[in-house]
Amino acid sequence: MDRELSEVVQITLLSLQISGAATIISLLIGLPLGTFLALSNFMGRNSLLSLVNTGMGLPPVVVGLAVAMILWRSGPLGNLNLIYTPTAIVIAQVIIAAPVVTGLTAAALQSLDPRLRLQLLGLGASRWQMVGELWREARLPLLAALMAGFGSVISEIGASMMVGGNIRYQTRVLTTAIVLETSKGNFDVAIQLSLLLLALTFSVNYALTRIQQRGVRR
Amino acid sequence: MNLVEIRQLSLWRGQQEVLRVPSLDIRKGEILAIIGPNGAGKSTLLLALAGLIQPHRGDIYFAGRSLMEWKGLDYRRQIALVLQEPLLFDRTVIDNVILGLRFRGLKKETAIQSAREWLERLGITHLDRRRALSLSGGEAQRVSLARAFVLRPQLLLLDEPFSSLDPPTRLALLQDLRSLLKQHQFTAAFVTHHLGEAAFLGDRIAVLGEGEVKQVGSLEQIQEQPQDSNVADFIRHLTTTEAIYYK
Repeated sequence: MDRELSEVVQITLLSLQISGAATIISLLIGLPLGTFLALSNFMGRNSLLSLVNTGMGLPPVVVGLAVAMILWRSGPLGNLNLIYTPTAIVIAQVIIAAPVVTGLTAAALQSLDPRLRLQLLGLGASRWQMVGELWREARLPLLAALMAGFGSVISEIGASMMVGGNIRYQTRVLTTAIVLETSKGNFDVAIQLSLLLLALTFSVNYALTRIQQRGVRR
Repeated sequence: MNLVEIRQLSLWRGQQEVLRVPSLDIRKGEILAIIGPNGAGKSTLLLALAGLIQPHRGDIYFAGRSLMEWKGLDYRRQIALVLQEPLLFDRTVIDNVILGLRFRGLKKETAIQSAREWLERLGITHLDRRRALSLSGGEAQRVSLARAFVLRPQLLLLDEPFSSLDPPTRLALLQDLRSLLKQHQFTAAFVTHHLGEAAFLGDRIAVLGEGEVKQVGSLEQIQEQPQDSNVADFIRHLTTTEAIYYK
């Protein structure tokens, strides 16, 4: 029983680590890229924005297939020996979450009054100070982007299964464990793991929502 | 002594020239009112003076140096811009007013001290902890003015700051603005499409039309000796409509 409990804890922590890391990396990519797309004007901007928006709906199994082919032993990055490792799952999840964060960041900043930029520059803001103030002004939708990014990876299964392999104590995460237990007919365990996944998702989103709603006008 | 000198300025949008200013000066300590019909290029001129639009040809000299010689940020920290809408940020009034000072690296306590002085001068001390987005139009525009004044800019650029206010609020703000500008000897360019505002605030009035400066002078000069029939028609039209409006 203790062993089962410790395994569940290990799976939960690994899920949190993998999806947390993927969300943070997606934020590091998506926030600057989304800001650039929202504030700049260059040829091909609309095409790039369309590409990002398409990426927001990428099917995880397709991402899993692509990442598996690249990391496969005979694939272009096969010598890195990353297939069936937590890192492989993080890579796949970043590909899923980064477009979500990028697209929603761009939308959040584009929804601000464009004259705010002129106003900030006209008050002596440097370009970076201007961007910082715009992020602050759009903090509610930006935190929503972060939550959407986390939500898209903590709940996905296709990519984690394909590039992680659902290896016990190594790459088994909550979603892949639920599939495994269901396939074995252990519905009670599958239900418990599902409830745990829901509780985990709720806790993370609750914390982010508390930050988001701090100081909101009512 | 001229603080700003515009020479052979030409601004284009796409294939069309939207503003042409062969020569225009703003003297130190002067309030230059810029007036003209919609689409005359008033706001474009103001944004060019703010260094936010690059001229296609010609140059703007500030304190004797071309804007091309100024580093963009250094120049923008000599000026302050007040736009038509107050464009306040979703935070308290005091945090809005200290924004420009914080950009310049001032400590928060020092910035708040300066900000309080200007809140008092503009009669809005009691609003300091209020959320800026909950203010009325007149209150918000006072905050916007305080946010610019606190920077003690060498050049204050005001783009129709009262256009969305009702006449009594506008009049009260105009009087306060005029007394503050004069008392603290600010140099300012004030865009408006109200002749009354231009005459009340401006030491000189620049009339813009069809993307060019038609005439610069006092209200009397412009009314009595208009440069051409366009200026005469425009001034006559404003005089008539404003008389009806304020009746």
